[in-house]
Parts: sequence; C-alpha cells; structure tokens
Amino acid sequence: MMISQMNQAQLLHWIDMVSFAVVEITEYLDTHPCDEEAMKYFNHYADLRRTAMRAYAEKYGPLTIDTANPDNYWQWASSPWPWEGGNC
Amino acid sequence: MWNYEKRLQYPINITRPNAKIAQIIMSQYGGPDGEMGASMRYLSQRYSMPNRKVAGVLTDIGTEELAHLEMVATIVRQLTKGLSAEELEAAGFAPYYVDHTAGIWPQAAGGIPFNACEFQSKGDAITDLFEDMAADGAII
Repeated sequence: MMISQMNQAQLLHWIDMVSFAVVEITEYLDTHPCDEEAMKYFNHYADLRRTAMRAYAEKYGPLTIDTANPDNYWQWASSPWPWEGGNC
Repeated sequence: MWNYEKRLQYPINITRPNAKIAQIIMSQYGGPDGEMGASMRYLSQRYSMPNRKVAGVLTDIGTEELAHLEMVATIVRQLTKGLSAEELEAAGFAPYYVDHTAGIWPQAAGGIPFNACEFQSKGDAITDLFEDMAADGAII
C-alpha cells in the first residue's frame, strides 16, 4: 500500500516498522562501518522513514520537531502524548 | 544532546486496567534490571570507552533503552489509570499509592527505590563490557 493511501493508524504502524529497522541497523553499523550491504539496507529504510515522517507530520501533526511546520496553531504539545494513546 | 520523538517504539493500548500487574511490571522501570538502570549504564559507560565504535553502540543502545523506559512507564500508567482508591487497595497497590498515587516513580516491585548501584561504570572497557553482558543476560 502506498503511504498516501494509509489512514493514521496504518501510517503510524509503518513508521514504527521502518524506524525499528533503522534503529537496529544503526547499532549494527556502529561496529561494522564497512558493510556495504548493511549501508544499502540503512539507506533504503532511512529514506522510507524520512518520507513517512514528513507525510505523517503534514496530515496528523509532527512526531519530531524537525518535521513541525506550524502555521496558526502549535500542535506539538496539544495533541495527545503517546502514553495517553496519541500516536499509538 | 537528545531529540524526542512523539511516539512509542512499539504501540501500547491497554484496555483493561490491572493494578496488581502494574506493581510487578514497574520493576522493569526502576528495578534492579530495569530500563532506567540499562539506559544510565550504557550512557554513563560510553565516556571512558576507548574504542570509538563501541562508544557509538553504547550511545545508540542507551538511547534505545530510553525508548524502552517510556514504553514500560506507559504500560504502568495505563494499567492504573482510572481505578478508584478502593480498587487500587484491593489489588494490593496501597503501599505505592500512599506515596505516589498513580504517578510513575522508579522502584522495584518490592518497593525498593531505584538506585545507581544497580549498574557499574568503572572506567575500564573490559570490566564495563562484562557488566553489560551480565546485565543484559539478566534482562533476557
């Protein structure tokens, strides 16, 4: 499914998945800095993550300050926090 | 420095509160093998790690442990949210409730407060790495 067709829950689930891949391959690459296959994997999932994070911020509010783009209302601290079931 | 990401590493949506289980799970927050100890262990040890790559792993894993810490706190929060004082007392939660109500505070299941003595940072790479293996072995 294209991320443009995903609803909020699906897009967040996608972000959780690709982000997990990025975190784990990052930790592997820390001690394997010459593994080109691993770098390909990193670049692939890091790109998917960047695209998804931007799409999420645009539709549902930012998950990071770097993707915040406020216009007339500061959403960051007003929408539910993760422990309240926001972005979950 | 750090940046916050406004999502959990893995989603948590608890539909049935249960203070009895909360009291047990809380140990993974501030208990002897909890995420608070894990994150502080790696993030403290990295400064004296002579191998730059290993210092990188300690930084990134320590950071990931902070995300785990947030998930555990969320579980405890959702397990106790909305329960009355009577319900909490019936579940054996009174000793915690009297000091913290339903707030999140780092302690072991048995009520022992979080203590930095749960982890080591000795300034010696081999000693610290052995401690890391022992600690993560305990968590698994």
